[in-house]
Amino acid sequence: MVAQVNKSFGNHRVLNDVSLAVSKGEFFTLLGPSGCGKTTLLRLIAGLESVDSGMVFLGGQDVTAVPANKRQVNTVFQSYALFPHFNVIENIAFGLKARKFAPSEINSRVNRMLEMLKLEDFGKRFPNQLSGGQKQRVALARALVNEPSVLLLDEPMSALDPHLRTQVQAELLDLHRKIDTTFVMVTHDQSEAMFMGGRLAVMKDGQMVQIGAPREVYSRPKNKFVAEFLWGANILPATREGDWLMTTLGPLKTEDRVTWSEGHLAIRPELIVLEDRPERAKDNFVQATVIQTIYRGPSVELLLDPGPVKVVTSPRFNPQPGETVSLFIPPADLVALESQAA
Amino acid sequence: MDSSPARPKKPKIGLATWLAAGPGLLWLTLLLAIPCLALIAMAFASRGQYGEVVWSFSLDNLKRLIGYGLFGWSPDLIFILLRSLLVAAITTLLCVFIAYPLTFHMASRKPSIRVFWLILVIVPFWTNVVVRTYGWLLILGPQLPPAQLAAYLGLIPPGSALYPGSFAVYLGMTTTFLPFMALPLYASVERLDQDILEAARDLYANPFLIFWRVILPQTTPGLSVGVIMTFVPAMAMFVVTDILGGAKNMLIGNLIQQQFSQARDWPFGAALSMGLMLFTLLSLSFRRLKTPGQKDPSLL
Repeated sequence: MVAQVNKSFGNHRVLNDVSLAVSKGEFFTLLGPSGCGKTTLLRLIAGLESVDSGMVFLGGQDVTAVPANKRQVNTVFQSYALFPHFNVIENIAFGLKARKFAPSEINSRVNRMLEMLKLEDFGKRFPNQLSGGQKQRVALARALVNEPSVLLLDEPMSALDPHLRTQVQAELLDLHRKIDTTFVMVTHDQSEAMFMGGRLAVMKDGQMVQIGAPREVYSRPKNKFVAEFLWGANILPATREGDWLMTTLGPLKTEDRVTWSEGHLAIRPELIVLEDRPERAKDNFVQATVIQTIYRGPSVELLLDPGPVKVVTSPRFNPQPGETVSLFIPPADLVALESQAA
Repeated sequence: MDSSPARPKKPKIGLATWLAAGPGLLWLTLLLAIPCLALIAMAFASRGQYGEVVWSFSLDNLKRLIGYGLFGWSPDLIFILLRSLLVAAITTLLCVFIAYPLTFHMASRKPSIRVFWLILVIVPFWTNVVVRTYGWLLILGPQLPPAQLAAYLGLIPPGSALYPGSFAVYLGMTTTFLPFMALPLYASVERLDQDILEAARDLYANPFLIFWRVILPQTTPGLSVGVIMTFVPAMAMFVVTDILGGAKNMLIGNLIQQQFSQARDWPFGAALSMGLMLFTLLSLSFRRLKTPGQKDPSLL
């Protein structure tokens, strides 16, 4: 979709040699902290911003020089950007009218959209008479009515009330399943990116850090940034001595291939096993002291020394601060992180 | 909108409101209502032998207003009115054409530079019209580059000035009224949501369509204020057209001014002013009628 794209605003390099391929019909998510360039990348695909160097492809065709109003791509803007002086129907029909579709075709397509997005009763309303969720559906309808080859969504949930988000996310997935269009969504919300289920790309400082399925990116983070950005894994500095990795917790083993002699390991707090029979001690069993126990209801969170290491475990356990606990760190779940240049 | 079943009750106007509105009301009464009433009263008086106002009720001036003179009906006044309308309309149109790019340019600058542009627009607005108009007279003189360039291109005979003529008149008129157009329009353009322009671009609209279907409806509040503030005074303008146009074509403004000065016929001048005022009010109310669903309640 984009190849080696660069973009700078003034002296600030927003995108640095970014490449990305999205397959047809995919629900792809761009995830990253604010200022990482994900929205700029989306705007480049839409044609609302031009590349400094690199190329943009849509359906195998080079569209780098094609202006936004001629690209078969539509966007759901973060602010929805509905036309305040048009009612819902006029908003949805805008793109079709601009391309001079026949009135009957416009009519039937708009009606289909109103129906699909449950907006039948709101056709004559103006944007300022709609709730946030309704506005978002109008924005979706206004984009999808054009049957774009790619639908771009710029933080589509950020203007919604938090309690509405999960519901709308499910609706969005459902919509995607129905219409078989490629969706590319930008979000800074890790759980939203996971929820959408399609591949996701983690971006940082204008670069792609890791692209993969949610499970893969979560459980095999490539580097410290990804490990921390997605719900904060435990990061352990380590040095390699033969097969062993020496950490503050003690010597550990991993199934990962370790290429460095000094680097970092990551382990998810919920994948550390609290062992209540320490006498079975073998490889990757370590001892630690409880600093704090946080009862969360469905789980218990322990902060342990040395580290501090965080463990999330069953609420069955209730170790008190000062108590010593035994931990098993499964070698399969211990990730050797790439040393980080970026 | 129609979704509000219970209309809010008319608020009661208490003493405090009267007191608060007092200075404004006093101002309006002294400087607007009384002069207007005096003008209307004078329109029904008549001119004495030596140009004094004779306070006896007469409808003669109204008759003259609709075209009946000493020698029966003549269309002269209608021509004058039409000519004034044309000059005002062209001036307004020119101002609109210049003000859109200007205000978009201003609104897209950094705030610190915007102030500079605003000052550039406002300063001429503070300068006396007569002074500015004589300024143009100097600039367009035969010895200076603009006229010499025009002569070199064969547009005017060598050695002549760029005035009097339509070019000079519209240059003078447009520069005089541009701030009246640009400032209200700027207020609208600055508030314009850039996202919806991008949305239009994203939805296959070409630049013309973006202007016609998005920018124009969104800036209508500022534009209509600008049009009124340009068109109305441009109708009555006489200084610029006189100085730069060589006083060849009579406009309604010139005519009124003449009645009060050379002709010493104040009652007819008053009748003409009243006619112009009524005409303006009528066109304004027509505008209001035409746009019942005005979305910006801040407008007039």
